[in-house]
Amino acid sequence: MKCVIAGGNVKVLGRAVHSLSRIGDELYLEPTEKGLSLRAVNSSRSAFASFLFAPLFFQLYEPGGPAPDTEHFRCKVHMKSFLGVFRSLPSLEKSVGKCLILLKHRASRLVLQLHCKYGVTKTHNLAFQECERLQAVFDTQSCSSRLCAPARVLADAVVHFPPTLAEVTLGTGPGGKISLRNYVEDEAELSKTMVTELWLAEDEFQSVTVSPGSRITFCLKEFRGLLTFAEASNLLLTIHFDEPGRPVVFTLDDTVLEVHLVLATLSDLESSSLPPPTNGVSHLPTPADDFADDLESYMVALESSACEGASGGPPSPTFPLRTPRTAQSDPEEQEEEEDEDGAVPGTPPHKKFRSLFFGSVLTPGGPGLAPTQEVLAEDSDGEC
Amino acid sequence: MRFRAKIVDLACLNNFSRVINTISKLTKTCTLRLTVCKLYFILSDKVANGGASMWCELCQGNFFDEFQMEGVAAEHNEIYLELVPENLSRALKTAHSAKAVKIKLTNKHCPCLRVAVELPSLSSSSRIVTHDIPVGVIPRRIWNDFREPTMPDFDVSIYLPVLKIMKSVVERMKNLSNFIVIEANLSGEMNLKIETDLVSVTTHFKDLGNPPWASEEGCQSSAQGRNLESMAEACIDIKKLQQLLAGQQVNPTKALCNIMQRVKRRLKERQWSGDLTLLYLLSLLPSD
Repeated sequence: MKCVIAGGNVKVLGRAVHSLSRIGDELYLEPTEKGLSLRAVNSSRSAFASFLFAPLFFQLYEPGGPAPDTEHFRCKVHMKSFLGVFRSLPSLEKSVGKCLILLKHRASRLVLQLHCKYGVTKTHNLAFQECERLQAVFDTQSCSSRLCAPARVLADAVVHFPPTLAEVTLGTGPGGKISLRNYVEDEAELSKTMVTELWLAEDEFQSVTVSPGSRITFCLKEFRGLLTFAEASNLLLTIHFDEPGRPVVFTLDDTVLEVHLVLATLSDLESSSLPPPTNGVSHLPTPADDFADDLESYMVALESSACEGASGGPPSPTFPLRTPRTAQSDPEEQEEEEDEDGAVPGTPPHKKFRSLFFGSVLTPGGPGLAPTQEVLAEDSDGEC
Repeated sequence: MRFRAKIVDLACLNNFSRVINTISKLTKTCTLRLTVCKLYFILSDKVANGGASMWCELCQGNFFDEFQMEGVAAEHNEIYLELVPENLSRALKTAHSAKAVKIKLTNKHCPCLRVAVELPSLSSSSRIVTHDIPVGVIPRRIWNDFREPTMPDFDVSIYLPVLKIMKSVVERMKNLSNFIVIEANLSGEMNLKIETDLVSVTTHFKDLGNPPWASEEGCQSSAQGRNLESMAEACIDIKKLQQLLAGQQVNPTKALCNIMQRVKRRLKERQWSGDLTLLYLLSLLPSD
């Protein structure tokens, strides 16, 4: 494979790598006729992102097509190494004129060469590992709800949440309003944690197609990475979602670039028609001014007894880990698989999110499943 | 028990945010006392040695356009709440361009201060962001714990040097020692001293000026007749002092330090700016 990126697109590539670095530790590259695909997945398999750069994005693009009937070459590299080449975006913009990416099979090296001002050339030789295809199973067409807005609107909304916040709940309310609220896990935490909620009006979105009362909870950290990219590139962001538990898909579309971010969502034990008990607040809509704020009875209780009023909400839902179905299931459906490594540390969201399906692979643009394709779950040796 | 307040003016909002930021840097939790005209942020730390307590008083009229409060009972028209100032600081952080900020005490599933920030947005209606900050209601029987600290008899009262300078001096000293000795006299001289086995460092400040205290009952008794040159000294935890100086976002018009060198040994820094008074007491560490 050989490709050359020139001018302003080098920075776009750099930003894409930054965005992917918020997801996982390894960057997967797959050059195809449709373009160069960069992908990442997080260790708990609950977040997947892919950036597909069309051939037009490049000054020169030679995927190094395989012989017919063989699969495309695929490899993965350490995210840190790849990111290191594009670490400083301002200096990329200022001094890099061209970027060359070259795959040297025999030397087992991926070469990244930056041609900078004043005749300076920086060459990075990265070790790569061949790998299987990384593809999450999702279908934006089957999602019942869809929101489309300029990325800036969502970026402005997300800024009100603290940078360390793990999960956020996106919901739909009456009057077409969309709410964002930080997610608090336990009832016990609720009396100690600040809860932030904001509402976005329907006219801030370019299009809104939602089923009322729907609500999903997903991890903010990975979403923020995509938002930064989208805002900088001034693109429209589309959010496809469905019931809680099914993944939410964020897409950005451009003439030369196609971006997907798939995040797992928390599922409810109860059906979505019931008001969600998790946050203990009945989801009354718009922030009305005159809700009950009478604390008299509370004070009486406080002064007569030592204990404070306990909140009597229903218990928060737990997330069942269902046993995996057989591999022969319909590829169109989203299968579920236990997270093999329940003890994966650190990466939000934690194991309560179901893993995405890296099950039967859907060939892009092609319906149906080639029966000979294996069920691929990306668990090569040495991965945690 | 009700409380509702509203800030509409951006300058007032920024000032209020700065006060909250200062408080949040000084302590993790504190008590908010609401009366009809004033707000108080109180930290009463009962630790005997090296502990700190704080009393910050604001006139509500300087910040709020609307301020309605109904206390626990008619004779006790006050509200005492325990809260984490950092939450309030975070809620106000993204409110720079707000049209209005409303604060209200509510009790949905637990007592909360609901901060509703109304922001301009591109759509026809403004964007409203609400932050529910959990608070603890402090029952009347322990209100006595939060009384205003009485000004103890002090030996020396002196104006502090420019806080920025003092802060950079103390920051460097912090790397060398855990304790710092502040000594001052009635001639406007103040020294900051640290001493370790290897080194001792003293920074001298001159011509600081001593505030005149109206002769109140018992207030100046120990200072009267005192030798102008003789230094009163206080040994305190340097980290607490550094925390106080580093957290300052409000530029005080007057900052002064009272040293009481007695058995109880309390040092007090009292700062004023037009709108608020911040009183910070550091109790002294016993010297060897």
